[in-house]
Amino acid sequence: MISIDSSRSLARYRFSAWELLPAAAAIAYFFVRPDYLSLGAGIFVTAIFAISLDLLIGFAGIITLGHSVFFGLGAYAAGLLARSGWAEPISVVLLSAAVAALAAAVTGPFVLKLKGLPLIMVTLGIAAVAYEVANKFDWLTGGHDGLPSLTYAPIFGLFRWSMYGTTGYVYSFIWLTVVILVARMVVCSSFGVALQGIRQNALRMRVIGAPVLLQSVIIYTISAALAGIGGALYAQTNSFVGLDTLSIDQGVFALAMVVLGGIGRLYGALLGAVVYNLVQDSAQQWNPYYWMFAIGVMLVLVVRFGKGGLLGIASDLGNRLLARAGARP
Amino acid sequence: MQQFGSDLVFILLFGLSYGLVLFICAIGLVITMGLMHVMNLAHGAFAAIGGYIAVGLMNGAGVPYAAAIAISVILVTLFSLVLERLVYRRLYHADHLEQVLMTIGINLIVIGGLTICFGPNLYPIRLPDFLKGNVNLGIREFEIYRLFVIALGLVVVVGLWALFDRTQFGAKLRAAVDNRSIAQVIGINVDRMFQIAFGLGSGLAALGGAVGAAMLPLEPYYPMKYLLLVLVVVALSGFGNMKASLGVAIFVGIVDTAGRFLVPEFGGFIIYLLLIVLMIWRQDGLFARRNA
Repeated sequence: MISIDSSRSLARYRFSAWELLPAAAAIAYFFVRPDYLSLGAGIFVTAIFAISLDLLIGFAGIITLGHSVFFGLGAYAAGLLARSGWAEPISVVLLSAAVAALAAAVTGPFVLKLKGLPLIMVTLGIAAVAYEVANKFDWLTGGHDGLPSLTYAPIFGLFRWSMYGTTGYVYSFIWLTVVILVARMVVCSSFGVALQGIRQNALRMRVIGAPVLLQSVIIYTISAALAGIGGALYAQTNSFVGLDTLSIDQGVFALAMVVLGGIGRLYGALLGAVVYNLVQDSAQQWNPYYWMFAIGVMLVLVVRFGKGGLLGIASDLGNRLLARAGARP
Repeated sequence: MQQFGSDLVFILLFGLSYGLVLFICAIGLVITMGLMHVMNLAHGAFAAIGGYIAVGLMNGAGVPYAAAIAISVILVTLFSLVLERLVYRRLYHADHLEQVLMTIGINLIVIGGLTICFGPNLYPIRLPDFLKGNVNLGIREFEIYRLFVIALGLVVVVGLWALFDRTQFGAKLRAAVDNRSIAQVIGINVDRMFQIAFGLGSGLAALGGAVGAAMLPLEPYYPMKYLLLVLVVVALSGFGNMKASLGVAIFVGIVDTAGRFLVPEFGGFIIYLLLIVLMIWRQDGLFARRNA
């Protein structure tokens, strides 16, 4: 059983100094590698996606393999808006998130009635259909060529999208911060505690009168909106949207990031995305299939030995050190 | 009219051969899902490994077709028994998330491993001479290979029926699938049953992968690519319902063939749309059992 600490879920509402660490790291990176900010922006985008997935899997216990749909929808919405001349970036992100959220709100009531294997099958099926639809409707989506050279207006009319990615880096970092704050608010609310109840025992939640399906649909919609934000940022920072954004692998790899960092911890998804992307970047010359091999081994090892992922290991170590310090007179 | 009849025969036979391969690949998962409720998303990996070993033996070592398939089935069965001991045994009492993560991990490892061993591209099979060409069925020509697959599929179906319905092992297995704890109480060694069923199912998946290699082309991504089709058969047949899974597999084969043949533009995903709708509409499977 991958256990997630739920007793402290409300206590987490208190802001901890640790939570400034990611921001400090992001600022440090900005000055250390100003020549490679595109990697940083890419990490922020995947982190947003991974966090949105963690909300579903780690908190509500909704196991989906089709989360790529919402990332892809956001990306294509942002791409098509830019194509049709809507260039103001922030409203593009919000609209794309709305598109993804709408898709989740419409499909959620049907899909989330399922659980276990049927749920996995249907989410996988929806992702497969979405990919094929985008592939076939090439007059709209560009098919295999995607939507290249998208342009967006300067942010607030002030900050241009520079070649070095400075704007993209700061812009996606701010969005990441917003997403983390939203996710944190959701998780720490009483609604978030209800979600944990659904994950642990949906039947009991129904017996005590919780509207399980409605709550599931709400978190599904919120999560889809956040994934849509990730997709839209992908389009804006890469000036490109391709079929890759809808590929089922996206969902699987995001799952790997969440597991690597630690499920049900929000910051675990963030850490997982950072480590995943940094390792992948340094292994760029690898065949992508070798990379799959490595991810597979990592998944098996984490499930077998370190249920809490990297953050779990770190907090275990921290607790042990604290205990030792406390034991000393 | 002549054309219509000819097309109909084509769709039915083509779909039947496709459906039977799907059935052979999926039946192992149907049994193990019913028996242990383990969500084994890596089941397709056994089919892929079986296909690669068989074709590798034929292309690389010149082993005859039948022998290559037999060897690959035996190897995969042995491999699956080892994996059952090492990995699956721990998953029986794990929660869904853990099962999903572990078996997806295995899938990715197999995909990577197949690429390292056989390269990232399609791995084509050269069929033996006696399976090449067409035969005249009176109304139209049809591939000998697909007729062979149909015949073999029917042999497997009859064999499984005999095993499940006519032997004591089959009776015990069905009892264990229907009600695990009662079966255990009356002295059936369910763990042992599961081990045998797991090996049998993996061996059959290998057979499906090897025999169907000219139909579902071998590529490293095979375990994920056909995962959905295999899951569909399992889910729509209502968990653990072995007889229904034959019907569902053939249904999927024929509908998918008809879709691709009649509306080539969108045929690829008509089947998926239909299955999503069916899945949501009939959660317990197409032929839900009333006497559960």
